[in-house]
Amino acid sequence: MGTFISDNAPKFGQVLIAVFGFLAIMSAIFFIAGKANGKKSKPIANIVFLGPAVLLLGAGLIVPTFQTIMFSFKNDTSQKWVGLANYKWIFTDPDIHLVLFNTLLWILVVPVVTTGIGLGLAVLMDRMRNESIPKALIFMPMAISFVGASIIWRFVYNYSTRNQPQVGLLSAIVKLFGGQPQNWLLVKPLNTFLLMIIFVWVQTGFSMVILSAAIKAVPADIVEASALDGAYGWRLFRFITFPSVRSTFIVVLATQVVGALKLFDIVRTMTGGNFGTNVIANEMYAQVFVQFNQGKGSALAIALFMCVLPVLFYNMRNLRLERSHR
Amino acid sequence: MSIRRKSLLTAAGVAVLSLVATMVTSVGSASAAANCDPFAGYHGLKGKTVTIFTSILEPELGTMKAAWKDFESCTGVKIKIEGSNQFEALLPVRVKGGNAPDLALIPQPGLLAAMVATGKVKPAPAGVIANVNKYYSPSWKALGSVNGKFYAAPLGSNMKSLVWYSPTQFKKNGYTVPTTWTEMTALADKMAAAGQTAFCGGIGSGGATGWPATDWLEEVVVRMYGQKIYNDWISHKIKFSDPKIVAAMNTVAGWMQNPKWVGDPKAIATTSFQDAGQGIPSGGCNMLQQASFYGSQFPAGTNVSPTGDVFAFYLPGINPAVTTPVEGGGEFTTAFSARPEVQQVQAFLASATYATSRVNLDHWVSANSGVPLAAYKDPIDRLSAQYLANPKSTFVFDASDAMPAAVGAGKEWTEFTAWFGEGKSVADVVKAIDAAWPAK
Repeated sequence: MGTFISDNAPKFGQVLIAVFGFLAIMSAIFFIAGKANGKKSKPIANIVFLGPAVLLLGAGLIVPTFQTIMFSFKNDTSQKWVGLANYKWIFTDPDIHLVLFNTLLWILVVPVVTTGIGLGLAVLMDRMRNESIPKALIFMPMAISFVGASIIWRFVYNYSTRNQPQVGLLSAIVKLFGGQPQNWLLVKPLNTFLLMIIFVWVQTGFSMVILSAAIKAVPADIVEASALDGAYGWRLFRFITFPSVRSTFIVVLATQVVGALKLFDIVRTMTGGNFGTNVIANEMYAQVFVQFNQGKGSALAIALFMCVLPVLFYNMRNLRLERSHR
Repeated sequence: MSIRRKSLLTAAGVAVLSLVATMVTSVGSASAAANCDPFAGYHGLKGKTVTIFTSILEPELGTMKAAWKDFESCTGVKIKIEGSNQFEALLPVRVKGGNAPDLALIPQPGLLAAMVATGKVKPAPAGVIANVNKYYSPSWKALGSVNGKFYAAPLGSNMKSLVWYSPTQFKKNGYTVPTTWTEMTALADKMAAAGQTAFCGGIGSGGATGWPATDWLEEVVVRMYGQKIYNDWISHKIKFSDPKIVAAMNTVAGWMQNPKWVGDPKAIATTSFQDAGQGIPSGGCNMLQQASFYGSQFPAGTNVSPTGDVFAFYLPGINPAVTTPVEGGGEFTTAFSARPEVQQVQAFLASATYATSRVNLDHWVSANSGVPLAAYKDPIDRLSAQYLANPKSTFVFDASDAMPAAVGAGKEWTEFTAWFGEGKSVADVVKAIDAAWPAK
């Protein structure tokens, strides 16, 4: 412990200096800004309060975005302009076609399944006794990172070679029903769906909790009134519950779409993008940070960005509509 | 107190003091006398400073300093070494900016060639040439040369051409360690006939999945064709689709994808390289080709020795015309200054004296044949040194490390994984890898 403190004392010192330096500068700025009055006070206040956020957004988001766009039109070492060559590569390379197809599969399947199961569970558990217990259990995987979850699921899909005992849970279940254990991660296209199960396992709890909160917020008088009109079970859900939580449902769905688009950790941990399971984010990482192909990687990043944009716009439009209704 | 007693005490005090003083000087001079002999040939170094830049970090860096401590105290030179994990990125920057170190320990022949191309690297001085001719095999000298001109002497080295096995299991089953490729395949057949799995294999390594398979091909290529063709293959003068490389790939397929010997070849693609050899001590599988570092993958308490739970043998050669093929790595002492003190330190680092004192301190392997094999304490180090320092050895670097990253860290990995895991044909694999080679 003593050595730990003495070894790291300079670091703590630097941290303290940085923190106090920051505080001192900010106080000075606020003090000076506070002195301003009259006509100038409003624009100065705007600058003081917006400035840091705009600066950080610029340095952390806007500048890198334009830089990436520039890189995507340059060659792999970013020394020469190559026009649309990197984008041409995305649309002509058969390996990248598979990557795009897999990503599409992820966007189509995962959000619907995750949000669907989440909604189903939320409705079913809504009036259950002790609903908090099963809910907590289903929500629990949310606390595990995708990498951690992938490592757990590797054991589920484990397949051992000759002369070694089979320890995989999936093989055990299949065997119970008279099937043969297989090297699951090699079976195409099943392996992509096996990876999706991990995402669903982690994210369903999130969907369920948010949707459950929305269902609880449906006013009881509406439910009672519709019950008097004879709406029970499916009809209640179809005409009352679902329309009431529709906007929440869309937000959750959109979040899952963005999550599936950006998906990286599961593929990286489970297969490293091999065996026909590669997705855009993993290929982008491999291009830039393993193979040092800055141009191709940037073009993939821009492609991914373009795919996320419509989802974000839809989400924003939806929120705005929501607000104008109220 | 009488005057007499006082003087007696003083005398005793002086005697004790002088005794201590003589003891100190005698200890000092004794060690100096014993250790300075090997450095008699180095002159005019007093007060001079030589700087070294390296990718080697603590704690290994400290061991290096300890290994040349006597050299420093005897000759009066000061060696300032600086290690950085950004070495490969920083060295070109420093050289371009006119801030080059006196010496750099370069771990890749490709970077050495790039540095020589800047014109800042000084050719090896006479002292270094003499040591390298005396102690190193010609293939090591060739790796420190660029366009036929010799620049850099090897320093440390490590070995990949090993096959891990279990001496206790071999003894129990009556197997003997093979010394030729034919003996190895015959042994594998014998194991298969006994219902055992001859070869363990695993190429899973997260995002780097596939690299062990590239090593298998490299081992076979150098064993079939030697250093010249191997290096032409690295520089893509010989393509992957060349009949020679295709033949080597078929040899790998007959070895590590042979269902008789490995069980399920496809499972190799989904088994991590760390897990691959775990069956060796218990006889679950018998042999695994992996580098010298693999010894640390076995559980703590595993006896790694020639009679223990696990040990390694040298992966035998294939073509008798290629003598003692060895694949591995190492770093090269490259000079950016021709000052006399720099050249003397450079020569010292290439000497058997330095290599032996470094080996005496800790886990380390030198390809210097002047280091007595008995100096190695670790049996795997000793085994590695036996082949690395063999004057007839044909030494090559890891080819995939030396190829452009788009191939060596990209397509070659993924295509080999598809070759093992999905049964992709050799023809399709080589075509895809050649297509990924960056255009000049």
